[in-house]
Amino acid sequence: MRVSVQEQAFDLGAESTAFAAGHRDMGAIVTFTGVVRDLPDDPMEAMEIEHYPGMTEKALQDIAEQAMIRFALGDALVIHRFGRLTPGEMIMMVATAARHRKDAFAAAEFLMDYLKSRAPFWKREISAKGAEWVAARDEDEEALSRW
Amino acid sequence: MDVLYFAWVRERIGLPRERVETDARTVMDLVTQLRAREERYAMAFSDLTALRVAVDQQLTDFDASIEQAREVAFFPPMTGG
Repeated sequence: MRVSVQEQAFDLGAESTAFAAGHRDMGAIVTFTGVVRDLPDDPMEAMEIEHYPGMTEKALQDIAEQAMIRFALGDALVIHRFGRLTPGEMIMMVATAARHRKDAFAAAEFLMDYLKSRAPFWKREISAKGAEWVAARDEDEEALSRW
Repeated sequence: MDVLYFAWVRERIGLPRERVETDARTVMDLVTQLRAREERYAMAFSDLTALRVAVDQQLTDFDASIEQAREVAFFPPMTGG
């Protein structure tokens, strides 16, 4: 299991390949990648991601450990960036390895649901109109109740 | 103890962290003391439903004890992923 909070970009291909290579007894690898998406009516110049150094690493570690136990994973990977990103750039990725795909998919969704509202990151969108903090959505909080 | 602010809470208060000498026993006591300081604090803490709190880097609620705490952080709901 590995958790990384970093400013620099990551290589999705290299990370996925390295993750998948280490698990001969795991039949299913799922990866999810979050990308900065442009705003259709108000082109975004950048997304700034602030985080809480120290707590962020602990929170991600804790969420990944819960996923490992709950879905009997062979391994899990979480990479989340902070700092200034532009549209099209990858923000974060998760990868899960399980014996069967059902657990691998469910664990990836579990990780994403918890990352959204329990990991101390805050996004701010910067466009020609100015800068605005992204508001948390009620659905993101409600998504946790299914686990 | 150290009190930290993130995102728009940091912007409203105007600083990312500060050292606070306090006899507050709970997060809520600390909020009450901070609110009484200046308008910018009162503004930042005007709606607690829009805020989250972590004590020693663990999410908790406003009733939590801070008697042994080294670090208390206030911030809006998180938007990771």
